[in-house]
Amino acid sequence: MEKQAVITATDLCIGYRTHKGEKKVHEHLSFRLYPGELTSLLGANGAGKSTLLRTLSASQPSLAGELQLLGKPLQQYSEKERSRTIGVVLTDKTQAGGLTVYELVALGRQPHTGFFGRLHSKDRLIIKEALEAVGIAHKAKSYTAELSDGERQKVMIAKALVQECPLIILDEPTAFLDVVSRIEIMTLLHRLAVEQNKAILLSTHDIEQALVLSDKLWLLSKETGLQCGGTEDMILNHRMDTLFSHSNIRFDYDHGIYYPTVNGKQKITVEATDETLLHWTINALNRHGYTCLPSEKKNRNMPHLLALSPDKLTLIREGETQTYPSFESLLAQFN
Amino acid sequence: MRNKGTKYGIILLLLILALTGANLLFGSVNIPAEAVWHILTGNEVEKASWSFIVWESRLPQAITALLCGMALASSGLMLQTTFNNPLADPSILGISSGASLGVALVMLAGAGTITAGVFTLSGFLSVIIGAFIGSMLVMGIILFFSTLIKNSIMLLIIGIMIGYITSSAISLLNFFATAEGVHSYMIWGMGNFGRVSLQQLPFFSLVAAAGLLITILLIKPLNALLLGTRYAENLGINIRRTRNLLLLATGLLTAVTTAFCGPISFIGLAVPHIARLMLGTSNHNSLLPVTMLTGGAIALLCNFICILPGEAGIIPLNAVTPVIGAPIIIYVIVNQRKIQYFN
Repeated sequence: MEKQAVITATDLCIGYRTHKGEKKVHEHLSFRLYPGELTSLLGANGAGKSTLLRTLSASQPSLAGELQLLGKPLQQYSEKERSRTIGVVLTDKTQAGGLTVYELVALGRQPHTGFFGRLHSKDRLIIKEALEAVGIAHKAKSYTAELSDGERQKVMIAKALVQECPLIILDEPTAFLDVVSRIEIMTLLHRLAVEQNKAILLSTHDIEQALVLSDKLWLLSKETGLQCGGTEDMILNHRMDTLFSHSNIRFDYDHGIYYPTVNGKQKITVEATDETLLHWTINALNRHGYTCLPSEKKNRNMPHLLALSPDKLTLIREGETQTYPSFESLLAQFN
Repeated sequence: MRNKGTKYGIILLLLILALTGANLLFGSVNIPAEAVWHILTGNEVEKASWSFIVWESRLPQAITALLCGMALASSGLMLQTTFNNPLADPSILGISSGASLGVALVMLAGAGTITAGVFTLSGFLSVIIGAFIGSMLVMGIILFFSTLIKNSIMLLIIGIMIGYITSSAISLLNFFATAEGVHSYMIWGMGNFGRVSLQQLPFFSLVAAAGLLITILLIKPLNALLLGTRYAENLGINIRRTRNLLLLATGLLTAVTTAFCGPISFIGLAVPHIARLMLGTSNHNSLLPVTMLTGGAIALLCNFICILPGEAGIIPLNAVTPVIGAPIIIYVIVNQRKIQYFN
């Protein structure tokens, strides 16, 4: 059975309306966002990620084209309907330090509560479930000011959950977080997408985690516009190369990360006993201005490095053979 | 949380009752406590002048102080939440000086048709309208700048600048005004809760109550605004309508208090902090009512201090409020790392 898309955009033009006219950031964008999936929007600074997210969360109007949310044009939604359909997590600074975690998450019920925002038992149940889902229930009575950045992000996600929206949009939810919290937040978001069948769209600069945990990738760049697809499809079709149009970096398809382009003038052939050792040997040599070639290309005019183990590195250069006990001592030879 | 709010609410109500009693018992004329009681319960007392003093002066003054305190404190709280700045209040943002300019225009350019203390109703209405227009104008300017400038400290500085501009306009008006006008304007500027007569009291109370009512209706959006405007918008809050209502409520409350009692500093700034420190929350569900009650109690206390000299006269209100308010602000700033709502 085919899933019904939460967002369907056709020939969408995004940008700003100023008094001087329209400033288009991207045009002719067509894409769909599906429930039960975590979608990561990747792109360089200034590629228009925030503009796209703001357009999708109705914080700013689109300039042209069609944008449908659950089969109905986004601009036809009332404020109330919208607040029950799209939940956002932003990078904005809040002044909610004096609220407890529970009180802050409870604010997410505002689209559902009455004039004075009084909580009923159903609301309390939903809040309790959300606090448990993001794993912050034990801090429910703490002030948000006392939380770590990662915990605060979880609280904001819980706030978006209690809004009970089919779509959650997060603007760089892992910015400023340490690696443990980054992985935790991304894993949490993926789990929520699957378990609660939500469409979750986030922008991030953390490409490593995005490639590991997103179901779909949206790659946005000034040159190629928006490219969407399954994570592995995008990688294996070499779409990652188009993300940053910069000659000094390249995407390493084996390891899923961007590296500086190697343009060492000297050449060296390298041989190692295992993959990990080979990888880090090449890493060290690249940094010192060497382009590494496989050992089949070995010849007399080129130095050759044989890495038997991290403490047995044999360098053959101009007929001389020397063994080094560490990379530190080996690399000292190159300076 | 709710229990704490209720607890403080009851304590504050008792405190307000006690302070109102103190305000009725003391004054420039010595009236025995039983006599005051007899007057209030509608019985005859030996001196008719005593009855007049209690009904025409002390009671309106106490009610005015109570309402002004509530009005200024809730204006301060609304501004602090709206501008995301714990140091915002009607006087710092220049809203009071806007109201003052309106009053100055009426008092000084109106060439002494109105003298301090003795307002005719039409003159008095024009003072209110002047104050209202002035405060709304400044509030509108500040709101306009707040859409351009995200940094709240910069916005405060703009407020201070607007305050300076209005002050120089007032100085200019003073320069061209009659001596009598200048004198009455100066007296007005010292602040006094005793300028609302029994006849004016219903009108004053009505306007203040209207402003306070709008404020109470804004509790839910005010809570959402703690997360910032974009989050609030996502929670279904109509930002423009909320801002307009906030403008109306603070403008109304600041205008009515300033027009009657002069520009009163520090109550709007300090009271929301006292309430937050007591309750330990920024949640407006309990913070707003407690701020209102604390404002009322503090204003009654200030008024009581003003009338303490008894026969020697009345201390200007604006000599008292900073002494109570400024130390609180300094305490809050010094301890801001330890105070949750700052972070």
